[in-house]
Amino acid sequence: MAGFNKVVHSYDEALAGLTDNMTLMVGGFGLCGIPEGLINHMVKLGVTGLTAISNNAGVDDFGLGLLLKQRQISTMIASYVGENATFEQQMLSGELNVVLTPQGTLAEKIRAGGAGIPAFFTATGYGTPIADGKETREIKGRHYVLEESLTADFALVRAWKADTMGNLVFRKTAANFNPMMATAGKITVVEAEEIVQPGELDPNHIHTPGIYVDRVIQASFEKRIEQRTVKAAK
Amino acid sequence: MALSREQLAQRVAKEMQDGFYVNLGIGIPTLVANYIPEGMQVMLQSENGLLGMGEFPTEDAIDADLINAGKQTVTAVAGASFFSSAESFAMIRGGHVDLTVLGAFEVDVNGSIASWMIPGKLIKGMGGAMDLVAGADNIIVTMMHADKHGNSKLLPLCELPLTGYGCIKRVMTDLAFIEIKDGAFHLLERAPGVSVEEIIAKTAGKLIVPEHVPEMVF
Repeated sequence: MAGFNKVVHSYDEALAGLTDNMTLMVGGFGLCGIPEGLINHMVKLGVTGLTAISNNAGVDDFGLGLLLKQRQISTMIASYVGENATFEQQMLSGELNVVLTPQGTLAEKIRAGGAGIPAFFTATGYGTPIADGKETREIKGRHYVLEESLTADFALVRAWKADTMGNLVFRKTAANFNPMMATAGKITVVEAEEIVQPGELDPNHIHTPGIYVDRVIQASFEKRIEQRTVKAAK
Repeated sequence: MALSREQLAQRVAKEMQDGFYVNLGIGIPTLVANYIPEGMQVMLQSENGLLGMGEFPTEDAIDADLINAGKQTVTAVAGASFFSSAESFAMIRGGHVDLTVLGAFEVDVNGSIASWMIPGKLIKGMGGAMDLVAGADNIIVTMMHADKHGNSKLLPLCELPLTGYGCIKRVMTDLAFIEIKDGAFHLLERAPGVSVEEIIAKTAGKLIVPEHVPEMVF
């Protein structure tokens, strides 16, 4: 790597420094927008004791479900885990520590983490089990819960287009958690469908500026669909 | 007769207004989109990062990068926008969504709602439901009035872990349209052919019944 060229050419380089017991953020909503190749490579590396921060836990044979099956994840921070039977079984047996977090609070914890804000007050979850043990405060007549922000050793992100300097553009609803996670990793690794030269992306249209990004790898994706819903052609 | 799922959705759709931004939850709320009155423009918000959700795609237009919060493949209408999850919940938490429709296991006379967890049985997570109920002012909860054994789901106090405390003002069940205020359920409308007596019998929380209770009109 030289100067601002962040492109790496192997998954070993992309995940160099990732070791046991680290905290990871993994982009995606369901199977949409997940960094497939980076997840697959973590299975190969066999790292264990991971704390994974991701909205969902994949399905049994794809996405984070692959890491769960190999028992590489010890703590999972997520908002919804309904699609994964392995997950449910490991959670009920106590093997897996799960911190269920409201989706908007999870998104904001990550956004705040990347923006250097240590905690924030939100009305979400006040009076529910999520607020147990947390500081609450009444502000202008409403009750709020103090939520601490999140950062990670590695943020694993999937983008549509990246330039070699790490400027990113996401596609449709594959953006989801990826833009915030890109800002909240000590090392942010981006798996992109296409890598272009600086200047080829219109600066007006860049979603994530390259300052947040450390490594970029080009990949092709399976893009598995969870619920294939269609209407009849006219 | 109790309302079918479709009728329930149809009645909720009458609460829409032209120019509304609306978030529809999974299940019956999703069906509401099928009954938006002709000539009315409504933009559907999907919390995974889409404002302006369209119908399901045709087979040749399926795009794995375009899904709704239920992980179903969808389309985007003209004038739609895509954004991150943080932006999406800024819209929700910031009170910018005009109407939110979601399901529940239980509601109570204080306007509290339980919808995400049955201890020992079902632990899938709350997804965006806690943020939606905390952030929106105009919420309609769609649910069955009682379980299949006739046990009321409209309670003096929710028994299951809460999704939100004191945040629900309107409930549309298969039997009745109900408002929650001043620590009681208020009966606004009944499903066609459903008696006030049946609604009273299946409502465990305090229920205020006016002299005349109109039937729902479709």
